Amino acid sequence: MIRVVLPFHLRNLARADGEVELAVAAPVTIGAALDELEARYPVLQGTIRDHGTLKRRPFVRFFACKEDLSLEPPETPLPAAVVNGEEPFLIVGAMAGG
Amino acid sequence: MSKVRVLVGTKKGAFILIADGTRKNWEISGPHFAGWEMYHLKGSPADPNRIYASQTSGWFGQIIQRSDDGGKTWNTPGSSPEELKGEGGFPKGESNKFVYEGEVGKHLWYDGTSHPWEFKRIWHIEPALTDPDTAYAGAEDAAIFKTTDGGKTWKELSGLRQVKSQLWQPGAGGMGVHTILLDPKNAKRIFVAISAGGCFRTDDGGKTWKPITRGLKSQFELPDPDAEVGHCVHRIALHPSKPDVLFMQKHWDVLRSDNAGDQWNEVSGNLPSDFGFPIDVNFNEPETIYVVPITSDSLHYPPEGKLRVYRSKTGGGEWEPLTKGLPQKDCYVNVLRDAMAVDSLDKCGVYFGTTGGQVYCSPDGGDTWNAIVRDLPAVYSVEVQTLK
Repeated sequence: MIRVVLPFHLRNLARADGEVELAVAAPVTIGAALDELEARYPVLQGTIRDHGTLKRRPFVRFFACKEDLSLEPPETPLPAAVVNGEEPFLIVGAMAGG
Repeated sequence: MSKVRVLVGTKKGAFILIADGTRKNWEISGPHFAGWEMYHLKGSPADPNRIYASQTSGWFGQIIQRSDDGGKTWNTPGSSPEELKGEGGFPKGESNKFVYEGEVGKHLWYDGTSHPWEFKRIWHIEPALTDPDTAYAGAEDAAIFKTTDGGKTWKELSGLRQVKSQLWQPGAGGMGVHTILLDPKNAKRIFVAISAGGCFRTDDGGKTWKPITRGLKSQFELPDPDAEVGHCVHRIALHPSKPDVLFMQKHWDVLRSDNAGDQWNEVSGNLPSDFGFPIDVNFNEPETIYVVPITSDSLHYPPEGKLRVYRSKTGGGEWEPLTKGLPQKDCYVNVLRDAMAVDSLDKCGVYFGTTGGQVYCSPDGGDTWNAIVRDLPAVYSVEVQTLK
């Protein structure tokens, strides 16, 4: 199981409490984790990545193990610590600044 | 006894204000969808418990919400627990999927180049008059979408973007379909208005559209003041008993048409400024209309810091200020295009919301005003349902 942390508004939208646990078949990539997340919570489709193109929305970031994975392609494997559940995969709303 | 339910969309959530027919004591619920920009909420005329809402965010995009119990509970259409348990298989989650039909096409960009259409958000939802599962959605970048399954899926009526849309050019506020008027006497006729796009009509249910801009003059906004498209129409309104009579608040100028938009004539008359955003029609008096004059396109607040609704009982031309209960000094709020509504009680209630977070109600057609709430986030939209 991998652990996914959603930002406040998406947690509310999905009606999810705290972290979300997902069973993702190997290879556990960024894209596979997002596919599983959207399958479990279809309301999240279009909120993290665009419908159709599946391109990450500009102000959503992906972090794991102190690394920014936002610009990595979807077939990028998640770190081993995320795959074995030691560390969460963080989906984050980008800072607004100001 | 009759009740009214006021649906308020704000920059940081939605609020629902309920009162009986006296419209004196209000019950307030919200924020619903706290922290999200709520562009618009509107109830179905065919089923008042069915309410559609446009929820949007610069981070997470567009969400469509629907209530089937008058705003007590909400779901994204097609993804309720019951629907997910159905035999339909893999849940689709397409209630927020707004995809332009066919070739995406390009419109004029700020630098004079062509720019592909990009979906940003839904500005306005207009439920159909007779079927609660049918509704229209006005989008930025400008387009109109339709659902016939209660908001689970949306399809573009792409004929609108065939009307010289390569010449539409966004203004600073974006280029969105903000007004959708359904003709109660002709099910095939729909009017839409687009910021920096103009005004359009279909007579075949949305397949083909034509510009209805003859008589509009935009000498400060367009190189050709009489252009067929590109006028910055801020709002249009009609009375259900006389749908061929349209009223318009343009960027500058208040106008009326007596032939479904084929010809417009200016009726700004003695307004202190003919710049403004909303315009609406008294439910009981089809020739009584309301606007909120704003100083100018550079100064988006009321002239002299006095918040005044202006009423014309002659369908324009002659206007009177309505001030009783409204701040008459140091007021620098704006009233946005979708933030005025009327109920259908006798006397007609008139409502509007401000960017300062006040929602005002006049239970007597504009003669007197009271603030229902004073400290909401900036108000984007106000709609009212009259519940018998």
